[in-house]
Amino acid sequence: MALVLIVVLPLAGWLVNGMAGGRLPRPLVSVIGCGTVAASFVASAMAARHLAVPSDALTATLFTWIAAGDFTVSAGLLMDRLSALMALVVTGVGFLIHVYSIGYMADDSAYSRYFAYLNLFVGSMLLLVLGGNLLVLFVGWELVGLCSYLLIGFWFDRERAANAGRKAFVVNRIGDAGFLLGILLLATTTGTLQFDRLADAAGAMAPGLLTATTLLLFMGATGKSAQLPLYVWLPDAMEGPTPVSALIHAATMVTAGVYMIARLHPLFLRADFTLSVVAAVGAATAFFAATIALVEWDLKRVLAYSTISQLGYMFLAMGVLAMPAGVFHLTMHAFFKALLFLAAGSVMHATHGVVDMRRLGGLAGPLRWTALGFAIGALALAGIPPFAGFFSKDLILEHAYAAAQHGGSVALWLAGLLTAYVTAVYITRAAVLTFFAPAGQRDHPHEAPASMGGPMAILALLSFGGGWVGAHAAGAPLLRVLDRFFAIEPAAETLPGAPLTAISVAVGVFGIITGLLLYRRRREVTLGALGAFLARQWYVEALYDAAVVTPAKRLARFAADVVETRGIDGAVNGIAGLVGQAGVAMRRVQTGYVRNYAAAILAGTILILSYWLLRGP
Amino acid sequence: MPVLSILIFLPVAAAIVVVCIDRRKTDALYGVGLAGTLAVLALSAVVFFRFDPNQAALQFVQRTAWIPSAGVSYYVGVDGISLPLMMLTTVIMPLALLSAWGSIADRVKEFVLSMLVLETALLGTFLSADLVLFYVFWEAVLIPMYFIIGLWGGPRRSYAAIKFILYTMAGSALMLVAIITLYLHSGAQPGERTFDLIRLGRLPVAMPLQAWLFGAFALAFAIKVPVWPLHTWLPDAHVEAPTAGSVVLAAVLLKMGTYGFLRFLLPLFPQAALQFAPLLSVLAIVGILYGGIVSWAQPDVKRLVAMSSVSHLGLVTLGAFALTVPAVQGSLLQMVNHGISTGGLFLIVGVLYDRTHSRQLDDYGGVAALMPRLAPIALIVVLSSLALPGTNGFVGEFLILLGTFQTNPAYAALASSGVILSAVYLLWMYQRVMQGPVAVKERARMTDLTRREQWLFIPLIALIFWIGVYPSPLLRRSEASVRALVEQVTSHQSPVTSYRP
Repeated sequence: MALVLIVVLPLAGWLVNGMAGGRLPRPLVSVIGCGTVAASFVASAMAARHLAVPSDALTATLFTWIAAGDFTVSAGLLMDRLSALMALVVTGVGFLIHVYSIGYMADDSAYSRYFAYLNLFVGSMLLLVLGGNLLVLFVGWELVGLCSYLLIGFWFDRERAANAGRKAFVVNRIGDAGFLLGILLLATTTGTLQFDRLADAAGAMAPGLLTATTLLLFMGATGKSAQLPLYVWLPDAMEGPTPVSALIHAATMVTAGVYMIARLHPLFLRADFTLSVVAAVGAATAFFAATIALVEWDLKRVLAYSTISQLGYMFLAMGVLAMPAGVFHLTMHAFFKALLFLAAGSVMHATHGVVDMRRLGGLAGPLRWTALGFAIGALALAGIPPFAGFFSKDLILEHAYAAAQHGGSVALWLAGLLTAYVTAVYITRAAVLTFFAPAGQRDHPHEAPASMGGPMAILALLSFGGGWVGAHAAGAPLLRVLDRFFAIEPAAETLPGAPLTAISVAVGVFGIITGLLLYRRRREVTLGALGAFLARQWYVEALYDAAVVTPAKRLARFAADVVETRGIDGAVNGIAGLVGQAGVAMRRVQTGYVRNYAAAILAGTILILSYWLLRGP
Repeated sequence: MPVLSILIFLPVAAAIVVVCIDRRKTDALYGVGLAGTLAVLALSAVVFFRFDPNQAALQFVQRTAWIPSAGVSYYVGVDGISLPLMMLTTVIMPLALLSAWGSIADRVKEFVLSMLVLETALLGTFLSADLVLFYVFWEAVLIPMYFIIGLWGGPRRSYAAIKFILYTMAGSALMLVAIITLYLHSGAQPGERTFDLIRLGRLPVAMPLQAWLFGAFALAFAIKVPVWPLHTWLPDAHVEAPTAGSVVLAAVLLKMGTYGFLRFLLPLFPQAALQFAPLLSVLAIVGILYGGIVSWAQPDVKRLVAMSSVSHLGLVTLGAFALTVPAVQGSLLQMVNHGISTGGLFLIVGVLYDRTHSRQLDDYGGVAALMPRLAPIALIVVLSSLALPGTNGFVGEFLILLGTFQTNPAYAALASSGVILSAVYLLWMYQRVMQGPVAVKERARMTDLTRREQWLFIPLIALIFWIGVYPSPLLRRSEASVRALVEQVTSHQSPVTSYRP
């Protein structure tokens, strides 16, 4: 029952704030919005204490959801160590961002609608991570997509926001069509979608079908987690309020694809080809998105590309069988990227919405605490020890290297290492341009209120010290928990260790130095043709427009204006016209003169008689 | 108690009361009409809850000889296949009447009469188990609908009404020939012959003839659905019909075709159905994709919704001819779902049209800011129509895709791209109407929903979530009948054709 409560509490907040929030006083709306998530966090923590043994799981089956023929799927929840960790991240980081929103959204006229959507998101995300079978997960998956749509387009009177929301929904639907087919294939071949029966089911599947199933499911992940080729919606999603970007488009929802692979690891572990695809897509996306972040001028879009890139690392980890490392990085990323976004939100709050870094600068003085928070987040992102991101990113790189030594491609590791360098450069650039470079003209920016500062402080602490839960020097409690969950041997002994760690730290430090040298004096660093190429996002969006969007629109026009009206309906009306003309022609025969009719009868009789006569006996 | 007969003819009884009321008392006319349809709804709810889910055969059967010399009987009953459509009809009719109250003000008496007669004809169509009785009701539907489009419709109403009636009559004329042929085939002596659907279902019909009869029935039903490319009467009829007419047309009338697939086509001509299932499936898939693409390019919001019906009913048709239990159950459920979601969409268009007298997307924009109560309702209906999990549409769509996948994964893969298209055109519509800067010319007329209008949507939204979250009451009641149907049809199958991965 506790499990049900975890999911239902935020949904109750959604209902109350959604139905009656407009008539409630704002403090009450805030209390309902934040309180339900806090209660859900407490309930998750209390439930998680029951998971002492790795194989422990709490389950709750509510009712039979869909039953038809031999197919049955129940509305059921499942909490094991993986979903418990996710639930804690979702409700924990979610709560902090809810609190932050009290300050950030204080002046918005649609305050209660905002909190209603945010609560709906948390409830849906919890349904996603606590779903007991793939179809319940899919419900959560689609509902978080809906919340993303609603919150990207929160200021729906802006055409850009409405377009961005719709783009997110449609692009995700492309991935989801694949996801759905994967579910169908799994249900048809194994007869079950229950997570607790997945391992047996996977063992019985033919390798080819398993590969097809996992590839289709991964297609869904590329949509939701903004990987190549379906990443295009996430940068545009920055049209939404910044806390939303922090919660949905950095810390939680976009990691759903990573979680899904972790959740379905019994399937993916048996599908080598899929794993290599996952790793390659992850590594390619990590590098690709990082290079774009290097030339982006919009602070939030820098962070968006950074998120895409970091998600790429997580998929790389999944693909090289370093699933605990991937989930570890997911958790650390939730801390430091939420922090970075909230700091960016604080900047926007202080400057009345400026995100163009060409117009920012010199904020380290007036926004001292925000700058400190951003710096901590940046160091964690750049992978500098002892910040949180260092431990998790380094672990992924070590695993990628180890995988190369066991017959994998060394390119994955190299891409990861190169990305680490680019990451350090672009985040240093963003920090310098926003906070340290000489400023232009502006009125007096002011530091954020406590409701915004508090959550940032907590996230800063987590980004600073949180990494030790996965540090081998500290016994790596989180990794030990996860290693056993994934039934993978603890890999510390086989990993290359110190020399490789030194390389990745050096790359990060070198990247920061590069960034400082390049952008210290706010020089317009033009990277020439390469810069232009990167600024156009490698022409991917242009390619999609030319190859997909424009032809699809033309096809729709053609179908509606030519095929439909002139072709099909033209044929219908043509037939009707022919009948009409036949009627006109036949009317001439109906002269009303008896002599004409008599002549016709005579002619007919003669014709029939002659036919019979000529036919012979 | 002959409950089904009372159900069928109760609207006509209400119509007789309406005849006696002074034509100037429009509120009394609407009031009696609404009361009549609500009484029918209450009675059908009783039938729904007393229906035995474990029984595949017809229940609440009433049967008396009607024209004994010709083997015609008055024979009505309800099973798991007709039950959902009966419920759909009785839920939609009061809403349609309520939508007209306040929007149709001239010739109210005739309008309410037409609606009540229409309900009787529709219920008769869904509950008949005798082919002649069925045919009488089937054709009787056309008359009130013709008047509803032709009298209370838009500027091109007579073109649309004539097109509607000629198109559908062309199909049903051949069906009548097929019905008579079937009758003649049912016994050597006149006394042995019958129009009894159940007995005809056990009658073996040799193959070339069976294929011809199948074709005649299929054409009548396919026009009604409408199956691509026989659909062009539909957008015209919808665009010209008044809101209440569009709602009933989309929500209930189109289902006569898909219901006919399940009720007559499959059990009467199983071998032909197996043989032609691929053809109909392909046409259904073309309809799904074509309807979706054409919807996207429509500047007229009513035409957009009308074309989306072509797409959605393609999915229903695909499910019916997949001939697996989940697909057919999903198809049946999706008939109900489409009635709810598309009925809802037409009601929304009607609410907007009553204020602006425009159906052009270009005349809208930013309505959410002016009508904050309508906006979330419209969003929920749109989400139901694009089959978001948690709403009714998903359950039906998922079952259809699952059941189709079991026999033909390629069909399911093609159909699932309809999932993408529906998001494209529905969210496009929602954005153009509701979002963006306010573009409506006369802001003052964009008042938010009245209390009457809110009651149009409350039942639909309750149904959207109820079926989306807990569809068991519906699925359980249809399972036995659908299983029997699928087994009956597939027992004629040669053993090798089924796909098994």
